[in-house]
Amino acid sequence: MKLMWFHLMPYTELPEDFRQKHPSVWVDIHSSLFDPKRAHLMYNDFMDELEFAADCGFDAICVNEHHSNGYGLMPSPNLIASALARRTTQVPICVMGNSLALYNPPTRVAEEFAMLDVISGGRLIAGFPVGTPMDTCFAYGQNPSQLRERYLEAHDLVIRAWTEKDTFAFNGRYNQQRYVNIWPRPVQQPHPPIWIPGGGSVETWQWCAQMDYVYCYLSYYGYKAGKATMDGFWAEMARLGKDRNPYRAGFAQVVAVAESRQQALDLYTEPAEYFFNRCLHIDPRFAAPAGYSTEATQRAGLESMVKKAANAQSLIMGDKTNRGMTMADFVERGYIVIGSPDEVLEQLNALADDLHVGHLMTLIQFGNMDKALTQYNTKMFAEHVMPRLKTRFAEWEDRWWPKPMAEAERAEIPGFAPKLAAE
Amino acid sequence: MSEPEVSTVDVNGFPMRIWRKGSGAPLGFLAGFGGLPRWVPFLDRLAERRTVIVPSLPGFPGGDRGHSVLDTHLDWVLAVRQLLQAAGLHGADLAGSSVGASMAAEMAAIWPDSVRRLALIAPFGLYEESDPPADPWAQRADALPGLMCADPEAWKALKALPEGANSVEWPIEQTRANEAAARIFWPLGNTRLAKRLPLIKAPTLLLWGEQDRVMPRGYAARFAQALGGPSEIRTIPGAGHLAELDRPDMVAEAVISWVG
Repeated sequence: MKLMWFHLMPYTELPEDFRQKHPSVWVDIHSSLFDPKRAHLMYNDFMDELEFAADCGFDAICVNEHHSNGYGLMPSPNLIASALARRTTQVPICVMGNSLALYNPPTRVAEEFAMLDVISGGRLIAGFPVGTPMDTCFAYGQNPSQLRERYLEAHDLVIRAWTEKDTFAFNGRYNQQRYVNIWPRPVQQPHPPIWIPGGGSVETWQWCAQMDYVYCYLSYYGYKAGKATMDGFWAEMARLGKDRNPYRAGFAQVVAVAESRQQALDLYTEPAEYFFNRCLHIDPRFAAPAGYSTEATQRAGLESMVKKAANAQSLIMGDKTNRGMTMADFVERGYIVIGSPDEVLEQLNALADDLHVGHLMTLIQFGNMDKALTQYNTKMFAEHVMPRLKTRFAEWEDRWWPKPMAEAERAEIPGFAPKLAAE
Repeated sequence: MSEPEVSTVDVNGFPMRIWRKGSGAPLGFLAGFGGLPRWVPFLDRLAERRTVIVPSLPGFPGGDRGHSVLDTHLDWVLAVRQLLQAAGLHGADLAGSSVGASMAAEMAAIWPDSVRRLALIAPFGLYEESDPPADPWAQRADALPGLMCADPEAWKALKALPEGANSVEWPIEQTRANEAAARIFWPLGNTRLAKRLPLIKAPTLLLWGEQDRVMPRGYAARFAQALGGPSEIRTIPGAGHLAELDRPDMVAEAVISWVG
């Protein structure tokens, strides 16, 4: 099993009464809540934490893209990934990912991901989300009726830009370019591994199977709630004649480790409640612009109780369900895996058994957790849990993992030692 | 209330429903946001005096998935033009509401001979930064009826699942109507129609629900000022954005007296 360390980069100083006084953490969150000088410290802490996770031996570090979002301060994850590429040397960097339809022209994604792959020496995992309605349709003004078509076309363009040797013209429905010829070209050939974060739509599963991409279910509501969706995914793989290689899938999970369960509850209750009650407070009017969900997905949701259960785990339904919940509920429902190392191990083994996912994206910093506690949680996990989980799924090959340049071929990165001008 | 005669015409390979009822000179009607999943009393009032012809716009109820191949505004206006011609409405009087009114205005602007007299109920198509329309797509489901109509029950009656209808396909069709409107008007409703209003020479009636919570009433004057032909503004008391649903008799009477 691959243990990955995922940072959402939440703004950590939303007010206590955020939920009562403000309609949404996303799209129209008020600018007066944002203090750039405080955010300066947050960004630098967050990047320290990602680098610390790499030092602790996590298999990969992950960043993602959100817009106008109080719990995700990365409109451009590529900027963060670029800084990480220079301050780490071995660890794969998973950009989960770039919302393809938001880039004009989409070859921008081919270029920037190629830059990251070249700078990092072939350590990039390229994520291609459609993007949430909040990010794409509302914050970025994309037409919900065209979003998926634009996404799929942009995907085709990016793949061609990475793989075709000669300059070509792209005559798409939404994108027309006379001269496509990106420089640089990716280190990993034919291109970096492609992972697709998605909800529970059958079409996405089928597309991942057809393209041989990793499907990632990035719910914040944990492995118990995620089971219906992952069961659906594996049933579809079986129907399509695909093997049960667990590395076909990724899953995000909030994790909190301490010496004992009681200590963990003492340490992590505040950041967990901050995360679930403040960060995930989203106005439902931004949930479902008409056209964002395909009619096949709507039909499945209306026809099947299993799909209804899965849909209920969407961000918005979660926010509704969670109103008034406390730490005890989050623990009880498996939103958060928490306890002593042995207890966390037991729950994550249950996760591995139930969901059969090879790529576990741990959310070890969550809510307003500060750097000291984040690093403690990271270290506890890395030292006492991770070694006992890494052996899971050893019988399977991860065909979707980066293939970096050989050590001897790579640039030497000088140690970072800032000097004062006067010295 | 008797049922209309139903036929279909092909536009871009999709079947478009055409309703027809009444006698006398033809009068076209293009429906507003949400389309017409069922026949409504307003159309009966029109049919008492004229042959009312109601083509479904692509993607709206009765318009199949015709919106899915329309990528640009040019695609849309050409599709509506083909639809009106196939429905026998070339040169006829034309009324429209909301999103449909915007398309009716396009027809009169781009093909001036195609429309005799025009009646527009709170048309989409303009955007004024100091007085923006409401965002009809960023709404909680329970807020939409009160946004569209002064009496939320009028919208609910339009959208309620009819007895015997498919309980899966019906809601999908209603969502599709909102998507089709988004496909034309996302995100602000501004199709630059303002540039084409001076081309409209047909005498134009501008009808506005007094309680329209989508299109501010000030837009009536903006339309009137920009139109290239004569126009008149009439406000409908007790009506919201889809005034023809709130006050069918009053709106039908206004339309009929305008087209003569």
